[in-house]
Amino acid sequence: MNFDKELDARGMNCPLPILKTKKSLSDMASGQVLRVISTDHGSVKDMQAFANQTGNALVSQTEENGEYIFFMQKK
Amino acid sequence: MKKMAIIASKGTLDMAYPPFILASTAAALGYEVQVFFTFYGLQLLRKDLSSVMISPLANPAMPMPVPMPVMVQMLPGMESMATMMMKQKLKKHGVASLQELRDLCLEAEVKYIACQMTIDLFEFDKSEFIDNIQYGGAATFMEFAGETDICLFV
Repeated sequence: MNFDKELDARGMNCPLPILKTKKSLSDMASGQVLRVISTDHGSVKDMQAFANQTGNALVSQTEENGEYIFFMQKK
Repeated sequence: MKKMAIIASKGTLDMAYPPFILASTAAALGYEVQVFFTFYGLQLLRKDLSSVMISPLANPAMPMPVPMPVMVQMLPGMESMATMMMKQKLKKHGVASLQELRDLCLEAEVKYIACQMTIDLFEFDKSEFIDNIQYGGAATFMEFAGETDICLFV
């Protein structure tokens, strides 16, 4: 999947992946896609909750070798 | 815009985390957030956070590497040791430092209100606190808290 920006949140724990995601999205344009990699198990549920509450779209979410990869499209 | 208010009344390392974690996260979710620091919570607004510590004493739920009798927990230096170990643990697990979370909150425009009465009571020196705070009392807090969607006491 194509993306416009990437955030490496590996090693970070709650609430840092969410805070960094928010920060990364803030200087992106509407419709652009952010790719986030995280190792925090809690971020799986939290990224969904973030998307639900902010209106940004969690386009896809996958797991690979203990790393979670999210594609978040800016509202 | 949704709003959240938190009263931060504790000044130990463990109890310092919930207000900053919730405030920064709520701000990231688009909430307008105010945190009112009162009593021991005021320690969290000091420029130097090194006095924010954790004590195993009277804290039986704190997980310890080895079970430690209360008589041992009372010994000098135990608090510093527990604090150092806790900070190492937080770092190892990728949890932000208090300083970092406090700065992230400010960056996200969380407002900090320091309780004026507590400052008078403990004769604190305002120059020891960070700059980006307002000073007020219960009525100041209520003005904002009365309009919030979430209001918490920590």
